Amino acid sequence: MEVDKTLDCIGLYCPMPIVKTAQAINSLEPGQILEVLADDPGIKSDMPAWAGKTGNEVLGFEEEGGEIKVYVRKGGG
Amino acid sequence: MTLIVFSGDLDKALAAFNLANTGASMGMKVDMFFTFWGLSVIEKGGLERGKKSPMQYMMGLMNRGGAGRRKLSKMNMGGMGTHTMKGLMKRYRMPSLAESIALAKEQGVHFLACTTSMAIMGLEEKDFIDGVDDFVGAATYLGLATDAKVNLFI
Repeated sequence: MEVDKTLDCIGLYCPMPIVKTAQAINSLEPGQILEVLADDPGIKSDMPAWAGKTGNEVLGFEEEGGEIKVYVRKGGG
Repeated sequence: MTLIVFSGDLDKALAAFNLANTGASMGMKVDMFFTFWGLSVIEKGGLERGKKSPMQYMMGLMNRGGAGRRKLSKMNMGGMGTHTMKGLMKRYRMPSLAESIALAKEQGVHFLACTTSMAIMGLEEKDFIDGVDDFVGAATYLGLATDAKVNLFI
């Protein structure tokens, strides 16, 4: 997937991946895609919950060897 | 979302700030009402006598304010347990209480201090960190709480 920005949250636990995602998405334009790298499994439930409340969209997850990639499309616009 | 921070324990304060910071990231308006022991979390923690009576001053010495002085509610073990927990948090790259407070301010979380508790403890506005937005009573808190969907007492 073509991404506009990558955010490395490896080694970070709740709530930091969500807090950093919220900060990172601010620098994107509506429709652009943020890739978040994480290894806290909580992200799989937390990111959709966050996106649902903030008008953004989780496009999907990719998981490989404990590393989780989350793709988030910025809403609005 | 509103949070009543009643406890001055490290673990409970961390839980309160985790929720506050997550809520702010989710676009929620977050108000934290610090009361009773919870005031110590946002105190500067100085040793000034101020307007305290001898009894209040003694109480203040026995329970020094300041985010860095908070202890675990369990397994403090004379400070050893708290020290160990802080070490573990650092290893797992979790923000300290002081860092969580700074992050909350950065994210626009509103801090309210309870004036009744301040009076009982002989605390003045200048005894608190700069981030405290208002010094208010229970009616202000309840006004905010009735408009919020998530209201927690920690």
